[in-house]
Amino acid sequence: MKTLLLRRLAVLLPTLLLVSMMVFGLQKLLPGDPALALAGEERNPEVIEFLRQKYRFNEPIPVQYGIWLKALVHGDFGTSVRTRLPIGTMLVEKLPVTIELAVLSMLVALLVGLPIGIIAALGRGTPLDYGASLFGLAGLSIPHFWLGIMLILLFSVNLGWLPAGGFVPPTESVGRNLISMLMPALVLGTGTAAIMMRHVRGAMIEAMKQDYVRTARAKGVREHTIVLRHALPNALIPVVTLGTLQFGELLAGAVLTEQVFSIPGFGKMVVDGVFSRDYAVVQAVVLCTAAVFLLMSLVADVAYVLLNPRLRS
Amino acid sequence: MSTIEAAPVPAQMRAAGRSEIRRLLREPSALIGGAIILFFVILAVFAAWIAPYDPNAPDWIAIRAAPNAAHWFGTDDLGRDVLSRVIFGTQASLAAGLVSVTVAVLIGLPFGLVAGYFGGVTDMVISRVADALLACPFLVLAIALAAFLGPSLQNAMIAIGISAIPVFVRVARAETLVVCTEDYIAAARAQGLGHVAILTGQVLPNVLAPTIVQATLTMAIAVLAEASLAFLGLGQLPPAPSWGAMLDVARQFLGEAPWMALFPGLAIIALVIGFNLIGDGLNSALNPRH
Repeated sequence: MKTLLLRRLAVLLPTLLLVSMMVFGLQKLLPGDPALALAGEERNPEVIEFLRQKYRFNEPIPVQYGIWLKALVHGDFGTSVRTRLPIGTMLVEKLPVTIELAVLSMLVALLVGLPIGIIAALGRGTPLDYGASLFGLAGLSIPHFWLGIMLILLFSVNLGWLPAGGFVPPTESVGRNLISMLMPALVLGTGTAAIMMRHVRGAMIEAMKQDYVRTARAKGVREHTIVLRHALPNALIPVVTLGTLQFGELLAGAVLTEQVFSIPGFGKMVVDGVFSRDYAVVQAVVLCTAAVFLLMSLVADVAYVLLNPRLRS
Repeated sequence: MSTIEAAPVPAQMRAAGRSEIRRLLREPSALIGGAIILFFVILAVFAAWIAPYDPNAPDWIAIRAAPNAAHWFGTDDLGRDVLSRVIFGTQASLAAGLVSVTVAVLIGLPFGLVAGYFGGVTDMVISRVADALLACPFLVLAIALAAFLGPSLQNAMIAIGISAIPVFVRVARAETLVVCTEDYIAAARAQGLGHVAILTGQVLPNVLAPTIVQATLTMAIAVLAEASLAFLGLGQLPPAPSWGAMLDVARQFLGEAPWMALFPGLAIIALVIGFNLIGDGLNSALNPRH
């Protein structure tokens, strides 16, 4: 296990370094003077000069990258030109909101995707299976933001049951926090539920073909025991990996969902950054999302080995 | 030598190609998906003839009119015909899907081929760069690239295309690794064929099928991504119609004019379903293992 972790870390670090180079390279896509562009709407010559000095735009590009990376390693992501706050502080503030949304969405995905996947696999070829396939196709094809708009139209505008947007921190009221997160989690969770359902269905069909299922049947074990005790735990191993990787995707999917429901998380931060040409914020969010994604793929690999007794030795 | 020449790969591919097309025609999902895409292609190409109104012409006496006989999908906040805007919006969405995926295939496929064929340091460098690109979630990377490049449909297509490159590097590399273990590659090498000849003549034809499947499925994602970028104001610039941008405006009039949000959304879903169905059908027809 230690070797696996070390080997994965040895791949993860250079990948993260490459990601940082690409994120740094984004700056170079900006037309004209980068200091002027990084200053956003700010036209104060002092600010522009400060940025030019800070990032040493007169130096060769590798030197500029080195300076940028050194600051990053020390936790200095720069300062937002819009809020004038250190971006590191903003990240620490926004990330928990998005993580809460991602966790709740994953819960929705599991509660919806798992049972539908199992039912579809057991009733392969029946109308139930076709219904599940339709759900899978719809989940993959409906844009999050449109689903969000439609839910707002139904539950907020027409029925008046749920708030159309806004966020209540859990420290203020856990109940109201959950109510404010209900629609966003449903919206974000549906796509993941569809992916989850497709994988669970495939894995369950495979598991039900295995010898141990036939043996259990021959021994007269009841069908639901076979499904729940024998086939499902085996079918869930790849699903755990998928779920972990999907968690990283949920952080990305949160961008539009947070925008539609005005949730002040990571996604809203990047969109606000885009609108106000706050490029350092955009860079920081891309970098952090990639880091979380890489970390999740490491966790997925480790979980896969831990859950699979055949690989553990 | 003669046995090698008796079984050249392109001939096998031609035979396989015919049977695969027959299999494809028996896949209901591919047929339904194909019909949907054909419908949208016709809409996009003949938009000027099909659309009942000029998509950008405001009608100040029919602002936010509900769907009626004159305006089947209603009108928007400026009195423009929603049906005409949905029809013209097809052009941006289809172009985004086609152009961005073509960019991604044209760059990703050669790199994947080279990485899988040569292995060693070449493979390591290409794979690490692809991994780094894959580590940035697709939409976040596309948003960031579009933000830095500046808002326009062209830049959105470039941003989506670049974000999709690593997927094709992965697919092409994986298939090349499998193909390179085949006897006919060893035979081609023994014949003294050069790397370029082997890559283009022997490896590429075998890597094309999975690449086409992946390209079709990626088009679905690209259409969604373009709509997302346009929704955020990073795609087609107004007043040119685009489904994502129409939804962004519609959000402000949800209570008064829900049809403004309903129809562009349904159009996105239909087009994405079309690409997903074709992708699934192609996958079944070209990859019998699935």
